[in-house]
This record gives sequence, C-alpha cells and structure tokens, in this order.
Amino acid sequence: MVPLSWYLALSAVLFTIGAVGVFVKRNVISIFMCIELMLNAVNLTLIAFSSFYREVSGQLFVFIVMTVAAAEAGVGLALVIAVFRNRESLNTDDINLLKL
Amino acid sequence: MFLLQVIPSWKETLFLMPELQLTLFACFILVLDLLLPRGKKTLTAYAALIGIAFTLIGVAQVYYVTRNVLPTLIFYQMYVIDNFSFIFKVIVLISAAISIAISIKYLETEKELRGDYYSLLLFATVGMMFIASSYNLLMFYVSLELMAISVYVLVGYLKNNDKSNEAALKYFLLGAFSSGIFLYGVSLVYAITGELNLLEIAIKVSLFILGTDAKVGVGAHYLLAFAVALTGAGLLFKVAAVPFHMWAPDAYEGAPTPITAFMSVAVKAASYAMLARIFLVAFPALRTIKELPGWLPFFIGVAALTMTVGNIAAMTQKNTKRMLAYSSISQAGYILLGLIASNETGYTGLVFYILAYTLMNLGAFAIIILLRRDDIKGDRLENLSGLIKKKPVLAVMMLVFLISLAGIPPTSGFVGKYLLFAGLIKADNFWLNRLAVLAVLNTVISFYYYAQIIKAMFIDIPSDDKPINLNIFSTISLVFATVLTILIGIYPQPFIEISKSVTKNLAPVQVNQQTSPTPTPTPTNDSGIDPSIDPNLFPNVIPRK
Repeated sequence: MVPLSWYLALSAVLFTIGAVGVFVKRNVISIFMCIELMLNAVNLTLIAFSSFYREVSGQLFVFIVMTVAAAEAGVGLALVIAVFRNRESLNTDDINLLKL
Repeated sequence: MFLLQVIPSWKETLFLMPELQLTLFACFILVLDLLLPRGKKTLTAYAALIGIAFTLIGVAQVYYVTRNVLPTLIFYQMYVIDNFSFIFKVIVLISAAISIAISIKYLETEKELRGDYYSLLLFATVGMMFIASSYNLLMFYVSLELMAISVYVLVGYLKNNDKSNEAALKYFLLGAFSSGIFLYGVSLVYAITGELNLLEIAIKVSLFILGTDAKVGVGAHYLLAFAVALTGAGLLFKVAAVPFHMWAPDAYEGAPTPITAFMSVAVKAASYAMLARIFLVAFPALRTIKELPGWLPFFIGVAALTMTVGNIAAMTQKNTKRMLAYSSISQAGYILLGLIASNETGYTGLVFYILAYTLMNLGAFAIIILLRRDDIKGDRLENLSGLIKKKPVLAVMMLVFLISLAGIPPTSGFVGKYLLFAGLIKADNFWLNRLAVLAVLNTVISFYYYAQIIKAMFIDIPSDDKPINLNIFSTISLVFATVLTILIGIYPQPFIEISKSVTKNLAPVQVNQQTSPTPTPTPTNDSGIDPSIDPNLFPNVIPRK
C-alpha cells in the first residue's frame, strides 16, 4: 500500500506547481489551468485522508469542490471571452488599463 | 459520523426560510426579466427589493421563534442560528437593499438595464447569509463560492466596457487563486483533525496541543501552523488585507459603482463573519502558543500593514472610486483590530464597526453614483468640486459620511473606532498598545485624503454645470444612511448592546494552558461534543431521533 505521506507530498508538489504557475504564466488560460491544478491538489489530500480516517466527509468535499470548480470555469471562461472580444489578446501584459 | 442517520426533518427547513425565500425571489427575477418588454426592466429591481423586505421579515421571524434557545445547531451541525448570524444577515440584507436602490438610476444611465443583475445580486446575498450561519468548513466553502462567483459576474457586468472586463478578470483570477489557497488550508486541517465541523476541529486541535492525540507524528505541529496560515491567507484575500490586497483597487475601480459599493461593504462583512467564526470557534487554542507563533502575531502584522499601506496609497489617488477602494482597505485593517484584541470590547467593536462602516461607505458611494450623468463618468475628484453650490444637501451628506469614515465625532465611525482601539488598550499588552498607537496615527493620515474630497466639495469651483438628478430610491437610501450614521454616533448605547450580545458564545472552547499536560480524552456524547471542556458554553444541538 502506498504510504499516506506520499499522497501528502504529491499534493504539496502539485499545489506548489499550480501556485508558482499562477505567478509565472502570462496567458490567462494557462493561469486558469494552474488554479485548477491547485484545486486538484486539494482534492488529492482530501481523498487520501478521507480513506485514512475511514470517513466520508472528505470525499463529499471533493465532489463539492469539483462541482464548484466547474461552475467557476463556466464563469471564468465567459469573462475570458468578454475580454478577448474587446482586446483581441489574452496576455496579462496587455490587460493593463487599471493601474496605480 | 452523522452520515447514516435520518434525513433532516422538515421542521429544520423552516429555519432556512429566509434564505430559501431569497433564492426563490432570485430565480423568479430571472424569469420575470424574460417576460418583461425592453422598457419595463426596472420592475425587476422592485421585485428584488420586495424579496429583500420579505427576507428581513423572515429573519425576524426566525429570531422570534429561536430567541430562547440560541445558539442552536441544525442540519447535522452544519448550520448555526445565533445572534452573530442574525446581525450579519441583517447587515448584508440592508447593504444589498441599498445597493439595489442606488443601482436603478445607474443602470439606466449605462443602458445596461437587465434583470439578471438583480438576480445575481440576490444570489450573492444568499451566499453571504449562509456564510453568516455556517458551522462547517464545507458549508463555508460552498457559501463563499456562491457569493464569489455571483460577484465575479457582477464586476464584469458592463460587457462593452474595457475597464469592467479587466476588473472582472483580475478579480476572478485572484479570487479563484485565493479560494485555492483557502481550500488547501482546509484540506490540511482535515488531514490533521479528520473533522470539518468547527467545534470538533476546536476540540481536536486543543487535544492536539495538549499532546493527547497520539494519531499524529512529530512534525505535525508545523503542518498545523501551515494549515492555519493558509486558511487565514485565503480569508484575508477576501477581505483585501495587505499583502493580499492587489486585486482590490483594480476590481473596485473597474466594477459598476453600485457593485463597488456592494463589494466594499457586504462582501467584506461576510468575509469578516467567516474569518471571525473560523478563527474564534475552530482555532482559539492556536491564538498564541509557546513553541509556535499562533495566529495572533500574524494578524498583528497584517493589520499594521493594512492600515498603513491602505492610507498611504489612498493619499495619492485622484480617482474617487480608487481612493475609496484604498480607504476601504485601511478600514479592513481597523476591523481586524477587533479580532486581535480578543476581548469583549474588541469583538463588540468588530461587529459595531462593520455595522457603522456598511452605512457610511454605502452612503459615500451612493453620492459618487449620483455624479454619473449622461457623458460624465463622475469618478474623478474634480467631478465633486463645487457640490455645495449645485446640491447643498448632497454635499452635507457626503461630509457626514466622510467624517464618519475618518472617525470624527459625533458620527458612528468615531464610536466604532473608539471601541476597537479601547479593546486593544484593554488587552494591556506591550505590542497591542503599540498597535493602538499606530492605528490612531493612521486615522490622522486618513484625514488628509478625506479632507481633499471635502475641500473639493466646499471650496473649489464647479467643473461642469450639468444638473444632478435624484430619484426616490437614492434619496431614501441616502437619508437612511445619513440619519443612522448620525444617530448611532450620538446615541450608540442600543447598538453597542446589540453588538455585545452578538459576541457571546462566539468562542466556546477555552483551553487552559496551565492545566496538567495529560488529561485523558473523555468519551463524547451523541452530538459528538466533548462534554468535559465546558458544557455551558456549547450551543444547543437539536437531537436526532
């Protein structure tokens, strides 16, 4: 059986990749994918510990996170389309009307 | 552990009536919007206002029924009914009502009058009401997302406006990112405690600190600190505290102004309700502990930074929306002081200040919305110039809101700040005293930019001669906000009493660090609550049959 700590380590690595990606990536869609990666890291932790504790609430949480992520993706992609229509670009460097 | 028991009885659903009512109204408005012809869409706003009125009555009814058994936990301890939830529900409902009232004219000017706007606003309000009543991290997450997703759409509501698009995209990306961070914190809390219910987490965490929970290994202390830090960081993103504030000025500037007002009060109030509930109910044992820094020093640093950065950045702004955005960042710092003080005065100040801040900030934004006329955007400082000559009443109302935001008597802002700072001083701690001094200095800095607006209104020459038209809804909401701001300022006693009653039972688990390090874990009763800690402090739990 795969030990519990491996799951925790894998999810930490996935989460870090996602979080770093949000800051390094320049394309809005890539940033969005990195955020989804973070959510999946969360799901992995929840599932691993749900099975470790023999308790269902963690698995339930995963279903809710997946559902909400889908809703969020719907709204997010709609916003991306709205921005693209007005600007013809999805590079974050071009989305710079609002500044200090 | 509750999953295989019976389905919640229909009686418990009655306690949810206010939220269900509002959800139904939001769905009804979506349909109504389709049925109405193009010129009649304003009716949806009236429907939304009626919905909020009914919901307020519903909240009052639930309060009347449950007033003797407060606090009560229902739905497998997922939903709590207590004074804290009632006052936050009233605050978000009032701010939603005022936001709708000031939106009517704004949307006509922007030619974006559609019903889905009000529907989304009501859905966001439902999310906030659920946040105020959540008692389980799962519930918190779902309600938070219901609120956040609705507000993402509302920020980008002006489809053809580049700034609105951009603000929505930035808010969405950073909002989703912060939800991710919050969730990772939650998943680690679940990893350590195996629980999602706030009380159970509190019990597990305190047992964990006392060293009786043998399930976890040595390094788990650091994991717990990390989990709490991530949860806190995710929540501080939502209240726009420095250094997690980058999205706020952009999102506030680009959003339609009524939504800026709504975000700066209702979303902030709900996020604070969540922050206070999670940290005071689930993690009180981690406030400060010997081996590890608890969350208190973390919050002290954040509050000091938030007040200072918010105020200093606000000083250089020429756009009033952006200036008020930075001002609301610094106000978030003041509100955080109540949580840091961790005594009754501080908690009272927290609730009281959120109440006062809601009214005064909505009022200030309502006046900026009125400046939006045919081709004038109305969000520059010079648009306010000479307001005293054009509409003296509006100028005086704005003056009231600004001196209240700055914290000058006789307004509600003064009493709120007084309570918050007094809480810090009462805590009688070296660092908290320093923090109180910093907060007072920050109040002085904030006079500068509020005075800039006052100078523009009262001394400068008008920059245009277009008339400012009021409609009945803006007038009512402005008068309501002004009267309450002054009334709370000169007669604060009843409001302080209300805020004080709210803070009872907020932090039920108290762990004494001096007690012997090896108490045996006591068996839990049916409700899953450890009776050994202090049974009188626990909320009522409706028993399962």
